Amino acid sequence: MTDKTDVVIIGAGPVGLFAVFELGLLNIKCHLVDNLDKVGGQCAELYPEKPIYDIPSRPVVTGQELTDELIKQINPFKPKFHLNQQVEKIAKTEYGWIIETNIGTKVEAKCIVVAAGAGSFVPRKPPIENIESFENKSVFYAIRDKSIFKDKKLLIAGGGDSALDWTNELSKDSSVTLIHRRKEFRAAPDSVSKMQELETKGKIKFLKGQIKKISKIQDSKIMLEYENDDEKLNIEVDYLLPFFGLKMELGPIAEWGLNLHENLIKVDTEKFETSTPSIFAIGDINWYPGKLKLILSGFHESALMAQEVFKYCFPDKKNIFRYTTSSKELQKKLGV
Amino acid sequence: MPKLIITDRSGKKSEIEYDSNFTLMETLRDNGYDIEASCGGCCACATCHVYIDEKWINKLKNMDDDEESMLDQAFDVKKNSRLSCQIDLSEEFDGLELEIAPE
Repeated sequence: MTDKTDVVIIGAGPVGLFAVFELGLLNIKCHLVDNLDKVGGQCAELYPEKPIYDIPSRPVVTGQELTDELIKQINPFKPKFHLNQQVEKIAKTEYGWIIETNIGTKVEAKCIVVAAGAGSFVPRKPPIENIESFENKSVFYAIRDKSIFKDKKLLIAGGGDSALDWTNELSKDSSVTLIHRRKEFRAAPDSVSKMQELETKGKIKFLKGQIKKISKIQDSKIMLEYENDDEKLNIEVDYLLPFFGLKMELGPIAEWGLNLHENLIKVDTEKFETSTPSIFAIGDINWYPGKLKLILSGFHESALMAQEVFKYCFPDKKNIFRYTTSSKELQKKLGV
Repeated sequence: MPKLIITDRSGKKSEIEYDSNFTLMETLRDNGYDIEASCGGCCACATCHVYIDEKWINKLKNMDDDEESMLDQAFDVKKNSRLSCQIDLSEEFDGLELEIAPE
């Protein structure tokens, strides 16, 4: 089934969220797509607890607080979120555009607004020679179907929540060894103590070290060489599950034929439209002379972008500028 | 001006002058070194990883938990690994030698 709306916003970070507000004031409805499992982009994923000091009127606000308040602010406009997926393809239609995600969600819209920040969050892959040839066979960066690991030997690498949670979970049905460069873990204390309890009971093994090499041995088993201080050791397993957090990359956006400037999307500073009409780019992902990668710049860009998107959505209507302080019509939309 | 001695990823060694008002990451980035620093210096990624010369490592302020935790997401971590965004430069680091870690 294909959903239909006015605008698809790619990226649900602070700028994508605020775009819902600016578009909403002009009666433009939005769907948002984000690769993360939550809303808020870098603010929620990278630095939820870190203070931000340059949001106007907020002397200090954390990444998570900013996200929560933006969600509250756009709630009257009832945006629809498609999380945990990445827009892979876009195609022109009579209506406007159709976007398709990696898990098959399709949305048709008049305009596309790219608010993708520094790109999509994707798993950080350890720089081990030849690891690509093992990916999705013996090496997995994310787990979709845990049944394949039943009764197998696994090596889980990392010291964060994903590594520890999966160690604890998969130890029920698999033989799990956890490898991490030190004995301390940044994961939640509860998961750490659970893991240590499993280790004491002999249900899992822990190795200190860093993986350096991967090679194939018979029966689809793999051999990992790891280093602990200067000692080189080997372990043989069925699967390697590395969990080293996330990094950002531009991803499929680079293939859409938009004019780029050093991996950023070129826009004009009046409408924030890209080289392709009815595709816009706002926030850290865009570039124009004098661009500053600030959240506040993205907010400003949202407001101007919305004026132009209005023309695509309502070509026969005149857009009259109004203030939320005085316009009864806007206040009605906001439910205040 | 005090100086830093930097070995880049290709192994090339060079000297740069620094200003004590900035962090090591900012200084490297401002001098055109290929250092991603994707979080902008708030210790929320691990893309400004450097190796500090053994002679200097103990002269730096010790790593806090945040930095040590973020290093868990870096690769090829060594005993002299640091995140350059967490190092505030001061006059006393004149002559500090470091190497930029692989990507």
